Amino acid sequence: MELFFVNILDGLVTGLLLFMLCSGLTLIFSMMGVLNFAHASFYMLGAYFAYKISTYTGFWPGLVIAPVLVGIAGALVERYGLRRVHQYGHVPELIFTFGLALLIEEVVQFFFGKNQMAYDEPHILDFTAFTIAGNAFPAYKVFMIFMAMAVFLVLLYILTRTRVGMIIQAALSYPNTVQNLGHNVPLVFMGVFGVGTALAGLAGVIAGPVLGTFPGMAAVLGSIVFVTIVIGGLGSLWGALVASLLIGWLQTFAASYNIVIGDVLMSIGFSKPVNIDDGAFRDLWTLTVSQIGPILPFLLMVLVLAIRPQGLFGKRET
Amino acid sequence: MSKIKGMILGTIMTGLLGGVAYAADSVKIAFIDPLSGPVATTGTNGLAEWKFAAEKLVNEQGGVLGGRKFEIVAFDNKISPKESLIQLQVAIDQGIRFVAQGNSSGVANALTSAIKKHNKRNPDKRVLFLNYSAVDPALTNDKCNFWHFRFDANADIKMDALTDILAKDDGIKNVYIIGQDYSFGKAVAAAAVRNIGKKMPNAKVVGNELHPIGKVKDFTPYARKIMASKADAVITGNWGSDMVGLGKAIIQAGYKGPIFTYYAASNGITKTFGAEGKGVIRLVAEGAINPPASARTSDYINGFEAKYPDHDISQARIANAAEMLAKAIDKAGSTDVIKVAYALEGMEHNSIWGGKVKMRASDHQAIQNVHIQAHTDENITHALDNSAYGLVKENTVVNAAMDSPTTCKMKRP
Repeated sequence: MELFFVNILDGLVTGLLLFMLCSGLTLIFSMMGVLNFAHASFYMLGAYFAYKISTYTGFWPGLVIAPVLVGIAGALVERYGLRRVHQYGHVPELIFTFGLALLIEEVVQFFFGKNQMAYDEPHILDFTAFTIAGNAFPAYKVFMIFMAMAVFLVLLYILTRTRVGMIIQAALSYPNTVQNLGHNVPLVFMGVFGVGTALAGLAGVIAGPVLGTFPGMAAVLGSIVFVTIVIGGLGSLWGALVASLLIGWLQTFAASYNIVIGDVLMSIGFSKPVNIDDGAFRDLWTLTVSQIGPILPFLLMVLVLAIRPQGLFGKRET
Repeated sequence: MSKIKGMILGTIMTGLLGGVAYAADSVKIAFIDPLSGPVATTGTNGLAEWKFAAEKLVNEQGGVLGGRKFEIVAFDNKISPKESLIQLQVAIDQGIRFVAQGNSSGVANALTSAIKKHNKRNPDKRVLFLNYSAVDPALTNDKCNFWHFRFDANADIKMDALTDILAKDDGIKNVYIIGQDYSFGKAVAAAAVRNIGKKMPNAKVVGNELHPIGKVKDFTPYARKIMASKADAVITGNWGSDMVGLGKAIIQAGYKGPIFTYYAASNGITKTFGAEGKGVIRLVAEGAINPPASARTSDYINGFEAKYPDHDISQARIANAAEMLAKAIDKAGSTDVIKVAYALEGMEHNSIWGGKVKMRASDHQAIQNVHIQAHTDENITHALDNSAYGLVKENTVVNAAMDSPTTCKMKRP
């Protein structure tokens, strides 16, 4: 039972981290119709920038400076890259971001090498916040939870309570009308792209010390981010939050319990083949849930797409 | 005009001839390992170690056969078995007769069977395979052949040595085994279960699990399971970011016991574990560099660090492989592959890392001392990753698994 609570907390951390990545992506996607393949690469940039800054000044300045740098890089990419490609349609845009993802990964390796970076938690947070039945819960993870919550609340406030938010919301659905009303829609796009990538950068700064800062860090998260926003519904902040938490818990619980698929099959009435080593479904019977953990979010996505194509909180069909 | 042409042609010809003469003079070793892609760090580090070993231990000592130098020629296999076979062919076409490879047993398996076939079909162009790191036990058992020599201790030998040490500790009752879900992870787990069952009647395996390789973002749930199992020791064959992720998660979950690993050092791993890993991370391997066995060992490491500041001596056996090959060529009196292979068989060699290395003739597996080393910042003469941390020898199993059985039935030419 204690383990259940610990897993709830661990899943919350994973989910909220995922949310920080997805919140920016879902805004960019719904606004421009572009799947930004390079989004996880901006996450990677955030972690590497923050690592570099932390070697000079410690962790905290990096927490502020790195996301700003990543946001500026993102805004520049939108202004001088995406906007030019935009006139040729969505496919070139897609290919552009795909190429950008590869480029960022290679450039980062060119400057930092292929080794794992020794990017660590700040010393102030390097202690155990509390212990549940012998399971330590690091203070840094508590900090992660609060950071992500703060990001969510600030975003929610901006999008629903401010004038800027209203324009963004309107531009999401009716970009031409908003433009005709005299608003600078390209500037809004650039701003959203910049803020979205800055959020990815912030996620990188915070996750780097825990999940590792290494060349493969973008690839590990790359696909799961898209799954999350599709499940949550495009353009929906609440959707991104709920889907992120769902996936966070799904993966945590899948990895935590060694349930063998064979047992599940038997409990729902199948009988185990006598000569299991020769059977066609040999692997299916011996798999554990933790082994298939990484594909569960994809299964969930297929399920959501089949039942509710617009996602859990989405307003329009994609 | 024609005069100038003639002069140019002449210059080119002499250049070419000079080149050919030089090439015939040196003994070339093809280094086929990943130099690009996700695991290139290990490959480039290995290449640096080979180059330094050839330079320092062979060429500066006068070379082989009265003055011929070793030359390491690098081929990038992108860690793909298919690409490795192409590169092997390129190397053979360039007249190279010695092939060194180590990263990935999958590649080693492909190379050893390709070389076996090649040598059968081309008796005039035979090739020798110097395996310096691929530890799949099958390579010196079912899949062994006369042309393959392994200088590293294989996965079974390392586990044998590790459990010898574990068995002496009565405090260890619960052992948790976790690894990456592929052939090597499974081999480590199987060897661990077998050895613990045999040597440690009072201990039990409380967890034996495989996780998807390179796909786990957060190892915390696995760490929670390990905590819940009340494990006194964790054994893992993980490498790369899976090693760091797993290790950090276990430590942060409050685990205080030892984590026995195969590959938790260098390439940024030592630096990343830093203070957190002290007292927890252990590594089982041949060739300990702390404390250095002799002044010669220290000189060698210092020389390496000076020449390659971004790399570490992380695969000590490479020095043994270079020295033993040089000895074998001198003993054979030629670079004829069959003669060199016979000279290598049964060779005993005083390792620069201390102790003796014996190339067992029955299966071409090097028998050597295997150490349990601890990640720490105390008593470190030679640190890793340009950090204050490194590995210090804690325990040694002399001539580990010397009498271990082999299923190898070697056919000799």
